[in-house]
Amino acid sequence: MSASAPALDHPSPAARARPASARSRVTQLGVLRSEWTKLYSLRSTRYSLLATLVMTIGFGIMASAINASRWPTMSAIDRAKFDPLATSLMGVTFGVLAIGVLGVLLITGEYSTGMIRSTMAAVPRRLPVLWGKAAVFGVVSAALAVPAAFIAFFTGQALLSGQHIEIAFSHPGVPGAILGAGASLVLVGLFAMGLGAILRNTAAGIASFAAIMFVVPPLLGILPARLADAIDPYLPSNAGQAMMEIGHHAHTLAPGAGAAVLAGYAAAVIGVAAVLLVRRDV
Amino acid sequence: MIEATHLTKRYGEKTAVDDLSFTVKPGIVTGFLGPNGSGKSTTMRLILGLDAPTGGQVTVAGKAYRDFPAPLHEVGVLLEARSVHTGRSAYHHLLALAQTHGIPRSRVNELISLVGLDEVARKRVGQFSLGMGQRLGIAAALLGDPEVLILDEPINGLDPEGIRWIRDLLRRLAAEGRTILLSSHLMSEMSLTADQLIIIGRGRLIRDVGLQAFVDEHSTNRVRVRAPDAGRLREVILGPEVRVSSDEPGVLVVEGLTAEQIGVAAAREGLILHELTPEKTSLEAAFMELTHDAAEYRAVIPAQDLPVATDRQERIAA
Repeated sequence: MSASAPALDHPSPAARARPASARSRVTQLGVLRSEWTKLYSLRSTRYSLLATLVMTIGFGIMASAINASRWPTMSAIDRAKFDPLATSLMGVTFGVLAIGVLGVLLITGEYSTGMIRSTMAAVPRRLPVLWGKAAVFGVVSAALAVPAAFIAFFTGQALLSGQHIEIAFSHPGVPGAILGAGASLVLVGLFAMGLGAILRNTAAGIASFAAIMFVVPPLLGILPARLADAIDPYLPSNAGQAMMEIGHHAHTLAPGAGAAVLAGYAAAVIGVAAVLLVRRDV
Repeated sequence: MIEATHLTKRYGEKTAVDDLSFTVKPGIVTGFLGPNGSGKSTTMRLILGLDAPTGGQVTVAGKAYRDFPAPLHEVGVLLEARSVHTGRSAYHHLLALAQTHGIPRSRVNELISLVGLDEVARKRVGQFSLGMGQRLGIAAALLGDPEVLILDEPINGLDPEGIRWIRDLLRRLAAEGRTILLSSHLMSEMSLTADQLIIIGRGRLIRDVGLQAFVDEHSTNRVRVRAPDAGRLREVILGPEVRVSSDEPGVLVVEGLTAEQIGVAAAREGLILHELTPEKTSLEAAFMELTHDAAEYRAVIPAQDLPVATDRQERIAA
């Protein structure tokens, strides 16, 4: 930094000469632009998005390659259970972790650094910030996650085709399942963002996200089987899983229903976050 | 103009701001003064609507902050606690704030130059020194060219050059008719910058007074005189308006007479003087005395044992 004091000219004589009505003001569009700038200007965001891509595509390719090489020696039972679509989309489960962490960080990072005070002083109505963040994050993650799911599918099927065990893109329900895989990542990310906005603390946000997605599902086993079976399909993780399958089985939701349930969770936490955002002190 | 009326904020059991009423007038620098923990930062958060008051209200130009369609054009803020994401560059921080209002990029660059951050604008704020962080905060505050500026401890972490820069900038901004509220826990700084003082302690208003009035009130001119025959000198100079005290043998502390008057009186009587020194009670001492009872954290030394804080060399400015 230069040691000399900068010129003390008036910061902007022109701006002051204008009447207040001609000046700029807070708009939802402006807040969207601002949130976009915030998103891309952080290294941690870029890395988390990259991690989501790498995991979704990478683990799908890995699973497909392993299954293709194992196929000749695989037992008849394992062969009967083999699902080429699920195998190529297996990476989504790991992508969920990366995008969930990012969703939490998008909000809690503002609280931990104090940025939230600058943000809310600029937009004192507060809610446009939450809508802006959700919209920008939703669009950006969709723009990355949906193509990632398609890349994972096509690369995976190409690997599986060596053993003639692939599933065709034209097979009924396949395009929807791939789209559902990408969309589930988007909804999970928004769900995590809502959790972060409610908890306002990075550690608490990530811990509760991981608990809901990865710890609660196996814990259901301690409940009576009938109760567990009734709840199980409606867990966020399983609702997301249902989105990337063709049709549904005894204890899973149909893809559309899964999408509705997961979107409902995301909308609910963001709704709670919105109410709290207006009511609580920053 | 900022107006607080019966402003109160409680966090659970603790009352941070207690029935505080004051007016910050335009065109001058108002110093917001109080010991650490006295409620200055909380009051500023209340002004900005970051926290909701438990009671009372505060308005800027007659409006609640929240009701401004373009708050950055109305009020510029520098908060004491850093309010910047450390992973973002100074440029992107300012750009993100500007975009909420549709303020153009050119204005962002203009501000970066104004505060002298050109060379580091693309560096992550986490790598900034405290002084650079303060300059970034000033840039953010000036982004919307606001009529009202609220600056919490802007001098913190600045080098002498930076401190002078802030003083000049604030003077200039005030001269343009803007309303400036400046908090500090340092009286010495206020005496160089502020025109009006709002002094608080434990969330309560202690004084709302013009700086000059405060100076006049607290700079009782005292003269320290050392003379071998102090007793005789005392009799010679005593009068209805004159107070003489002594804290060590052979030394008198005289109030109500100038050094010249004492010198003339001594010469007339043929008395020898070894020392004749004008003393001024420092504003810092006056401020400490005023807020002593209200200071939340203080050493447990009883007040009467504290050394008398006078500074002979300090010349009170303004």
